Amino acid sequence: MEALKQELKKNIIEQINLEDMTVEDIANEDLLFGGGLGLDSIDALELIVMLDKNYGIRLTDPKEGRAIFESINTMAAYVAEHRTK
Amino acid sequence: MGKGVAITGMGIISAIGNNVAENYQSLIEGKKGITRVSKIKTNHVNDIMVGEIAFTNQELEQQLGLSSNNNYSRTALLGAIAAKQAIKNAGIIDIHAYRTGLVSATSVGGMDMTERYYYDYLENKETQKYIEGHHAGDSTQKIAEQLGIEQSFVTTISTACSSAANAIMLGARLIKSGQLDRVIVGGTDCLSKFTINGFKTLMILSDTYNAPFDENRKGLNLGEAAAFLVLESDAVVKAENKEVLGYVKGYANANDAFHQTASSDHGDGATFAMEKALKVANYAPQDIDYINAHGTATGNNDLSEGRAIIRVFGNDVPDFSSTKAYTGHTLAAAGAIEAVYSVLALQHNVVYPNLNFKTQMKEFSIKPQLNIKEKPLKNVMSNSFGFGGNCSTVIFSKEQ
Amino acid sequence: MNRNVYINGIGSISAQKTFENNEFLNEFVDHEAQVISVVNPNYKDYIPPAAARRMASGIKMSVVASKIALQEAGLEQVDAIITGTGMGCVRDSEKFVSAIIDDDEQYLTPTSFIQSTHNTVGGQIALELQCKGYNFTYVHASNSFESALIDAKLQLELGEEHTILVGGVDELGEHTTALHKIINHIKPEIVKASQLLQSKTEGAVFGEGANFFVLSNEKQPSTYAEVLSVKIYNTLPKAEVAQAAIQFLKSNNLEVEDIDLVVLGNNGDVKFDSFYDELISKVFNNTQQVYYKHLCGEFNTASSFGFWLASKILKTQILPDCVKLNHVNSSAFKTVLLYNQYRGENHSFTLLKQC
Repeated sequence: MEALKQELKKNIIEQINLEDMTVEDIANEDLLFGGGLGLDSIDALELIVMLDKNYGIRLTDPKEGRAIFESINTMAAYVAEHRTK
Repeated sequence: MGKGVAITGMGIISAIGNNVAENYQSLIEGKKGITRVSKIKTNHVNDIMVGEIAFTNQELEQQLGLSSNNNYSRTALLGAIAAKQAIKNAGIIDIHAYRTGLVSATSVGGMDMTERYYYDYLENKETQKYIEGHHAGDSTQKIAEQLGIEQSFVTTISTACSSAANAIMLGARLIKSGQLDRVIVGGTDCLSKFTINGFKTLMILSDTYNAPFDENRKGLNLGEAAAFLVLESDAVVKAENKEVLGYVKGYANANDAFHQTASSDHGDGATFAMEKALKVANYAPQDIDYINAHGTATGNNDLSEGRAIIRVFGNDVPDFSSTKAYTGHTLAAAGAIEAVYSVLALQHNVVYPNLNFKTQMKEFSIKPQLNIKEKPLKNVMSNSFGFGGNCSTVIFSKEQ
Repeated sequence: MNRNVYINGIGSISAQKTFENNEFLNEFVDHEAQVISVVNPNYKDYIPPAAARRMASGIKMSVVASKIALQEAGLEQVDAIITGTGMGCVRDSEKFVSAIIDDDEQYLTPTSFIQSTHNTVGGQIALELQCKGYNFTYVHASNSFESALIDAKLQLELGEEHTILVGGVDELGEHTTALHKIINHIKPEIVKASQLLQSKTEGAVFGEGANFFVLSNEKQPSTYAEVLSVKIYNTLPKAEVAQAAIQFLKSNNLEVEDIDLVVLGNNGDVKFDSFYDELISKVFNNTQQVYYKHLCGEFNTASSFGFWLASKILKTQILPDCVKLNHVNSSAFKTVLLYNQYRGENHSFTLLKQC
């Protein structure tokens, strides 16, 4: 699970071009949206594509993303359960 | 200043008709033009619906009498057809008789050809003619040529989905300030894989008929269309004893400055645009008899626009409807399409139904007009909002 | 009742180092290339990383150029933003089209699609400034910038707005460049910038850049020049260029002799530079002439660099050697005429006056 969390951080940094950040800058429980990393609705769409591309998870409604993308912890739990690749 | 801006001709081609009369007939019969996409090969064919124009490019080329070595994109073809209709409708025989300009709007431009031949261009001499046709100004240059507009003011506006409303606005300004006597204004956009996939990534495309202002709306249907209007000064109208279809009375553009694509929750930009347009027209909110809303049927737009309408009109919201359920969202052309529909509404004293509406939105109690309604109309407001926070409102009136 | 229109602040990102307003082409970068890119400022000095992460290069250039212009004009806000761009953020358009084809419509992301929208630059500047005013984008090839200028001038003259940010921006994209080489719009050989007009070949050296200006109907100490008049033509036969120029001057109550400097958009394309020859060797052969596309390259809004150059000359009364086109020397620069066209289409005349 910890490896998956590190991998997710790396993928997020790459997918949404957080060029000044490293994996160490994101804590597992940090809020990704709103405060925290300050991501917005376009980033959420980018993360939806990332889930599809890297883990074979297809979300059809962007609203589903809200709970999943709350933090690295919630994302990792969802990916571990639903991944198809 | 203070001069009138008369509309003396209109032309249109859309998914619900190949000319003004056909479009009007579909509007009053409640006949929508939304289908599965047939002319573009896309993997999303079963996930989306579109407002497609029946003619193939070849048929459109024939109608324009173009030779086979032409390099018209579909955007240019549709634009030329609609603009020529407008000139004819305005009874213009000598385009050079007055200082005449052209302001067109497009967002897709020649992208339909670019996406088709993107790699092919590198080795195929036959298709390379389309490379020059990619940029947005190319379709406008071609339309000018088709109309015989030479050595004059010709330009293109691209502000996403508010583009054509902005073209009307510039045209009106140019006439009011006395820079030109006559301006052909409008917009044109064809369907493309580029826009289909683009809106798909934003997850705002509906897989069924779009339902503006409905609680369970699932998103928009893309459409293709072109429409142009002939704007003329009072002096030309008088000198030529022209029949006037309506007047451009008010207009405004404002920016939401909130988000790259989404509208603010309370529709700040939309509110400013409507308020400013009323001010330019010197009207009070109660002077507006019908609002042709932007109403794209996305979750975000309809909520934001509805709230903005309530902010401007308070408890006295006039009849409103979105005609995008008929045509789909025609992007840069939408403002011109809906300008034609607004003028037709004034001419025929009719409010069009907002199709596909079933469930009241829970955030507010305003409800679009659901059935066709005949009543005397004096002033119609038309909204067009786009990416980049771009919000435009134009007001059309029967009398000057 | 018409008010005058002034240039109160400028900002330029170009293939020369032009982002420092206290310098004026101190070092001429004599590029040797078919395509020349901008000299980048340190964007991080101007744009916070969170905002920059989704910005295409055209957006970054424009945001910085507009911040420089606003700062010089002593403003934090403007009433309106009007942008000209021939191609928009073309790299993102390329990225999105190639992704559609290469990945067969899968795994596409919204960012490049959003940036490919032509008004993304105007929208982003509005977001940065929180400017809720009028925001237009003109996309009409080599008349994109001039269209923006005409719109701004109209509103300022009528007093509808008081300060307007106007700019021209275009960026280079790899695939677009490759295609323009194929159809000979880009020169087949590498050319030294200082030798551009001697190349005798078809096509131009392509470039990129962003030039933004604060226009206002009030003069202030930072004012560069007054914008007297702007006129655009969709078509203009070669034989009528000279007459159109004279007519344009006449409509502004000016004669050829009143012009101290002509700023020309010739780009070394043997097929189309003859349009400029109509002015160079006929009407204005006794007037000092400058050219600039060897400095910034050719792009749809390159004329905004010409506008920048003319503004600088009028304010500083200095004329850098690297832009001189002929041997006539004016004693002072009071009234400047600009002429530009691209491939025989979309011609523009602009008149600026010293303040």
